[in-house]
Amino acid sequence: MPDYDRLLAAHPFFNEFQADYLHQIACLATTVCYERNAYIFHEGDAAEQFYLITRGHVMLETFGVERRGSISIETIEAGEVLGWSWLFAPYRWHFSARTLEEVEVIVLDGVSLRYMCEADPMFGYALLKHMAVIIMQRLQRTRLQLIDMYRADGG
Amino acid sequence: MHSSPSINDQLIMQCEQFEQLLQRLQQREYHVLGPTVRNQAIVYDTLTSIADLPKGYTDEQDGGSYRLKQRHDDAFFGYAVGPHSWKQFLHPPITRIWRAKRDGSSFHIAKEDKGIPKYAFIGVRSCELHAIAIQDRVFLQGACTDPGYQERRQDLFIVAINCGQAGGTCFCASMQTGPRATFGYDLALTEIVDTRQHFFVVHIGTELGAEMMDGLVCQQASPDDLQRDEQIVACTAQTMGRQMATSPVELKGLLARNLEHPRWEEVAGRCLSCTNCTMVCPTCFCTTVEDVIDLAGEETERVRKWDSCFNLDFSYLYGGSVRASAKSRYRQWMTHKLSTWYDQFGSSGCVGCGRCITWCPVAIDITEEVRAIYDSEQKE
Amino acid sequence: MLVERNDPMLPRWYRIQHRREELANTFTVTLEPQDHEDIPVFDCGQFNMLYVFGVGEIPISISGDPAHPAPLIHTIRAVGNVSNGLQGLKSGALIGVRGPFGTPWPLALAEGKDLLLIAGGLGLAPLRSVMYHVIAHRKAYGRVTLLYGARTPEDMLYRQECEHWRAHLDLDVAVTVDRATESWRGSVGVVTRLIAHALFDPAKTLAFVCGPEVMMRFCAQELEKCRVPGEQIFISMERNMKCAIGFCGHCQYGPFFICKDGPVLPYYQVKDLLRKREI
Repeated sequence: MPDYDRLLAAHPFFNEFQADYLHQIACLATTVCYERNAYIFHEGDAAEQFYLITRGHVMLETFGVERRGSISIETIEAGEVLGWSWLFAPYRWHFSARTLEEVEVIVLDGVSLRYMCEADPMFGYALLKHMAVIIMQRLQRTRLQLIDMYRADGG
Repeated sequence: MHSSPSINDQLIMQCEQFEQLLQRLQQREYHVLGPTVRNQAIVYDTLTSIADLPKGYTDEQDGGSYRLKQRHDDAFFGYAVGPHSWKQFLHPPITRIWRAKRDGSSFHIAKEDKGIPKYAFIGVRSCELHAIAIQDRVFLQGACTDPGYQERRQDLFIVAINCGQAGGTCFCASMQTGPRATFGYDLALTEIVDTRQHFFVVHIGTELGAEMMDGLVCQQASPDDLQRDEQIVACTAQTMGRQMATSPVELKGLLARNLEHPRWEEVAGRCLSCTNCTMVCPTCFCTTVEDVIDLAGEETERVRKWDSCFNLDFSYLYGGSVRASAKSRYRQWMTHKLSTWYDQFGSSGCVGCGRCITWCPVAIDITEEVRAIYDSEQKE
Repeated sequence: MLVERNDPMLPRWYRIQHRREELANTFTVTLEPQDHEDIPVFDCGQFNMLYVFGVGEIPISISGDPAHPAPLIHTIRAVGNVSNGLQGLKSGALIGVRGPFGTPWPLALAEGKDLLLIAGGLGLAPLRSVMYHVIAHRKAYGRVTLLYGARTPEDMLYRQECEHWRAHLDLDVAVTVDRATESWRGSVGVVTRLIAHALFDPAKTLAFVCGPEVMMRFCAQELEKCRVPGEQIFISMERNMKCAIGFCGHCQYGPFFICKDGPVLPYYQVKDLLRKREI
């Protein structure tokens, strides 16, 4: 079994967490590998896991009838975290996540993490603070995508 | 015994000899240019004799206001500067760069080879000498030189005039650019006129200047004459109509620190973007190039024209103008003139001539704008 | 009539040898001088003024290999009068060329260091010269990474060449698009996203960034977050240029004339200006 204490301590999301917290989180961790083109989760399903991508690229996507097939939203890759819907009601995935190649993730039990947050506000604050940074970065990136800066007239 | 004049000599020249000097310049094939009255303003144009000078005239200048008045004496140079500056001759408003003709699948370029006259400028003010030196740095002292400017500039003969009267919008004293001519002239004159006498103290600046004075009947200036010369120019310096709030070097940092000052918005509310200030400014050098093609599409010419940073198209970049607001255009003009000019050319781009104040239709005053920003920093 | 070569405003006539459609409104021309004399050498990042008879002149960066200045290669997007005029010209047509002008990418400074090239949209055109140079002198540099962001997969410039570069084992190439099409198998997201995932030693990295100003501004901020010092980040600025020799005043950007002090400028010198509007 991998040394999750060490793996989590090395991950940018958790590297500022205290050792005893890390140890508690490590108890919730497992490693999962996905084939290329596999769905890690589907839009609308119950959101119960928090994923740390350790290898490969994942596409966040949705779908519609106007554009057949999938609508790609953003790529998430090794070193980043995937999914925050397990933290917020109604605990349903907002988008789907599909692998673009073979992908390895550390899966953390999101429901247990949520209970830890409720039980220990210090821990809850630390986790939410780090999650807020991720949400902020994704929002900023999305805004840059939205301004369409390479438009032919200079945007 | 007559001795030939030489550099740094100070002579006394009567009006008769002044006329002879002009004739001599014409004989030497100079196109003599100087102040003359036209359309109720003193402009720069061809002089055939001293009779063309604005003798007995003066001007009253203030923000957005210029009036010619009669003087109580016969002074030739008893006024400040008008709407013209010498840049119209050295850096003309319109020049054809080249023209080209289609020839089958090829083109032939013909460069402009119109002969450029040898100019003599009469009555160049100290601020204008500084302005010429500033444009020299733009067009001659960078990595590239402007061949046309160089040609017009190289044979230039300059007769400067030390100002005997400050205009209502003059502020050269605070820009450290006048009122006495200290460089860049062949001859510099101080006009002395009163009820009994009318003559010039001539300061010789170059060998060529000395040569032009040679043979004219002039005496050496006496200590009394020189003292009067000093007093006249000192009095001019004391009576400037305007003053910058701080030294030119301080202005560089002041404006660089205040690019987001609320004052820009305020002045933009008055500014009409009419470009007058840039057209009358003796140092503004910006140009655009236009293509003029004949209807058949066989012949085209590229024409360089004065342009202004107040024009919306000036900063056009595919999607639109970079400086779309009047605020940003006014800020560009003033910060360039007083601040970034130092970064680019090692000096201020303002010589304190006051033309931008006088000829602004809504009387925007560069010294007042500076003072507003300066004062707000003093309060902090 | 005799034409003086020393007048910087006089163009030389070049014939369009070949033209290639790159994207919907973007094309590449190769040019040979009509007088068959040498083409002046250029440094990566410099530009020429291209003149269309009777229409006007525009600055276009050089996209060819600096080791082989002939033929002259320019990639142009048709967005205005002159570039639309250029688009209308066929092989064999003559255009006027003045240049090269402007400051180059500081390749000598990058020797022995990691090199991070970040291109957005058409910003890849001036960086293609750098890629040619770096591939030819690969040993002179540490890790070399190209990060390229395009609007959509259809808007990717030099797509085949990017694939070719990606196949080089000693080059890291990452491409992303703001908006994917269904068949797109690659990365989606803004180009700044790629920076944190690139491998480089920030203290020993030179970053060359070229693209729309807003893209360069956010890339530079992201690079600073990744601890690349501002002195080691270079951007290529664009402004209205009429004369290219510092006389016309149009391309001023604060204290800089983009035509002669730029287009390539160290980020730390323009960092404060970039944060202000309408400079």
